[in-house]
Amino acid sequence: MAEAPSLSKWKRGEPMIWLTGSALGLCILMIVGLIGVILVNGLSFFWPQPLQLLTLKDQSVVLGEVVNREAIPNPGHPDHLKRHRLQLRVGNRDLYGIDFRWIDESEIVKREAPHAAYLVERREYGPLLGTPVLLKDAEREVVRGPEAVGEALPALIRKAAADRAAIQKIEKGEIGEINYRIERARLRTRKLDFERRQDPSRDQAAARAKIEKEIAEAQALYAEKQAALEGIVAAAARSSVTFRSADGREKELRTLDIYRAYPANDLAWGARLAVYAGRLWEFFADDPRESNTEGGIFPAIFGTVMMVFVMSLIVVPLGVLAALYLREYAKQGTLVRTVRIAVNNLAGVPSIVFGVFGLGFFVYFVGGGIDRIFFPEALPTPTFGTGGILWASLTLALLTVPVVIVASEEALAAVPRSMREASLAMGATKFQTILRVVLPAAGPGILTGLILAMARGAGEVAPLMLTGVVKLAPELPLDGFFPFFHLDRKFMHLGFHIYDVGFQSPNVEAAKPMVYTTTIFLLVIVVLLNLTAIVVRNKLRERYKTGAF
Amino acid sequence: MSQELKAAAPDTGLRIRTEVKAQDAAAAEVREPDIVIRDINLCYGSNHVLHDISMDMEDRRVTALIGPSGCGKSTLLRCINRMNDLIDDVKTWGTLRVKGLDINARTTDVIEVRRRVGMVFQKSNPFPKSIYENVVYGLRIAGINDKATLDEACERSLKGAALWEEVKDRLGESGLGLSGGQMQRLCIARAIAVEPEVLLMDEPCSALDPIATLKIEELIYQLKEKYTIVIVTHNLQQAARVSDRTAFFWLGRLVEYATTADMFTKPKDKLTEDYITGRFG
Repeated sequence: MAEAPSLSKWKRGEPMIWLTGSALGLCILMIVGLIGVILVNGLSFFWPQPLQLLTLKDQSVVLGEVVNREAIPNPGHPDHLKRHRLQLRVGNRDLYGIDFRWIDESEIVKREAPHAAYLVERREYGPLLGTPVLLKDAEREVVRGPEAVGEALPALIRKAAADRAAIQKIEKGEIGEINYRIERARLRTRKLDFERRQDPSRDQAAARAKIEKEIAEAQALYAEKQAALEGIVAAAARSSVTFRSADGREKELRTLDIYRAYPANDLAWGARLAVYAGRLWEFFADDPRESNTEGGIFPAIFGTVMMVFVMSLIVVPLGVLAALYLREYAKQGTLVRTVRIAVNNLAGVPSIVFGVFGLGFFVYFVGGGIDRIFFPEALPTPTFGTGGILWASLTLALLTVPVVIVASEEALAAVPRSMREASLAMGATKFQTILRVVLPAAGPGILTGLILAMARGAGEVAPLMLTGVVKLAPELPLDGFFPFFHLDRKFMHLGFHIYDVGFQSPNVEAAKPMVYTTTIFLLVIVVLLNLTAIVVRNKLRERYKTGAF
Repeated sequence: MSQELKAAAPDTGLRIRTEVKAQDAAAAEVREPDIVIRDINLCYGSNHVLHDISMDMEDRRVTALIGPSGCGKSTLLRCINRMNDLIDDVKTWGTLRVKGLDINARTTDVIEVRRRVGMVFQKSNPFPKSIYENVVYGLRIAGINDKATLDEACERSLKGAALWEEVKDRLGESGLGLSGGQMQRLCIARAIAVEPEVLLMDEPCSALDPIATLKIEELIYQLKEKYTIVIVTHNLQQAARVSDRTAFFWLGRLVEYATTADMFTKPKDKLTEDYITGRFG
């Protein structure tokens, strides 16, 4: 009898509750851990760290941001993992040739936090660490000394930002438009060449003269704008600041090239917060610089969102139509069952296979075909016959369509038979019943499928690498030039950006924090896209909520 | 004549009902009854469900179909608007005419049949739309989108289904937010919005409480001023209360068909007597 209670405890299944609870707890722990690591590493990156001035045993001085401290492995010796070394971000790549330096703690004789030690973010060579000593305007000295130059710096940086914006407006906006016109005229000329080969007898003199006139006009305009641009650049580039590095070397920087500069050890909390917010905003809203290791990721965010939208626009009609046929029209039998199994299995095909298919079918076959028929004048330069956002979206649509089909089929099957009968008994045709009763009632379930598809599509990278993602896209796929949506353009993508910055970057150490921050943005975007769809679904559910029977 | 009567049909019941009967008696000699069923047979696969059913249902009368479960009464009801077409592997033969329209003829459009024969189901099944859209559904699918026409039809149908007073201030709300009895009346309003000639009711009260049931029964009284009604019911008292004629089915055969008064007081068949006195079924 003594055994009986413990036996019944087993039978009641209490260990099962513990087992299942532990499994769930483990999952939650892993998710929280993952998100925690990403958030801590990503969000701390923008915080302005103090700069340390280290004096070493050999009397050399090093100024830098401490980024890491680790035990030194020395297997077989008594000091194995006992001593530590610091990783210092010393910047000044143009002077030192390296960004980061490991320093043995035992080598350090003195640590200081000097005043007027500036961290300068600039256009090239990574950050500059040093003290401002001289401000010049057109080769004439304006002020000298760290205090005076430091006071003048914020205004100079603001002016530099305004100048850069003006230059970019001319370069991308006005000159961009002229280039676009010249390029169009050039393509028309090539089209005329192409037509002449087809039909040598045709008179093209008038058309050619018109194009030449247009090109000449555009080029005159171009020269004018270019002169204006050079004027602005020259004016903006006149002033410069000279910085002195910790070891006494001097570097003169055009103010136009300075993006941000702050005295790292003299910042109050408010100023630190301002630097943090400014960096975060720059990261979100700016174009990347320095082969993606600096600047922002806006083009990647834009590309990701636009690709997901285009994919959704393709995948929802395709998936819903396929599900409608399977569920509503097809005679249920072996064939339909086979198709259903095949569709389900399609969801398990590795995504790189879809990428290869997308490249072979969409890019080379369909895109190449479109080029031969509609853009023969531009060949051999491909228009659609190369990777682009349309082909990437189509490939991802193909990848995610099984998810939508399965979810839609389930949603359609869940629409009560009584509701269909009510509609049919009113004299509605099957088509009207589907359109007016079945589809609206199945809407929330179909949206669930879309949510799953978007979550998968936004995170996919492998197929995109073959079908249109690039490391750096000069133009967004949406702009002010007709036809506004440039579906043939290559684009940037957050997932690929993570891979590129993390593993393909020339300066991996500097780019590491970018991996975390980019990951945060990717996660935030996936969550936002999903939340939007969930809100829409709940609204629909509210509207079509079934009664209490 | 039918149009004229429809137009004149008042809301309150019994007095006019006798007048209508008198007029109909005169008309019955010259025209065929509303629903004519001749030798209808039906098979679900190899299962022969209806055997040679023949009966007539008269204009603006309530005909109740009674019988134990599985006797084929619902199947017969669904023959009248060809709802059985929706089931795979069904075979029907025999003649069925509604106001002269041959239901089962090859040339007859099933959509047309269902517009002329409205149906109310056992489980109320409003669409997940607003009350207004539920009522005008039939008009919308017929391609009528004129706001005034729809408004008029909505009000008329809801009044006809004795629901107007309860819902007139919340026509935009979901039809699924109503009570069980209101939902069933909403379904009736939806069915009569397209002005059918015949109204089929498949156990319309079986899921309702007694008070809601009473309301539906009163409604049936009013509706038969305008429509020919066929009702399937398991509730013998209900059949006795609302119907003019009653048909008793047993194992797919029509056993007895007579006026309700005769059926319940002096049934001719032994089976009928056993069933209505509760000895089996």
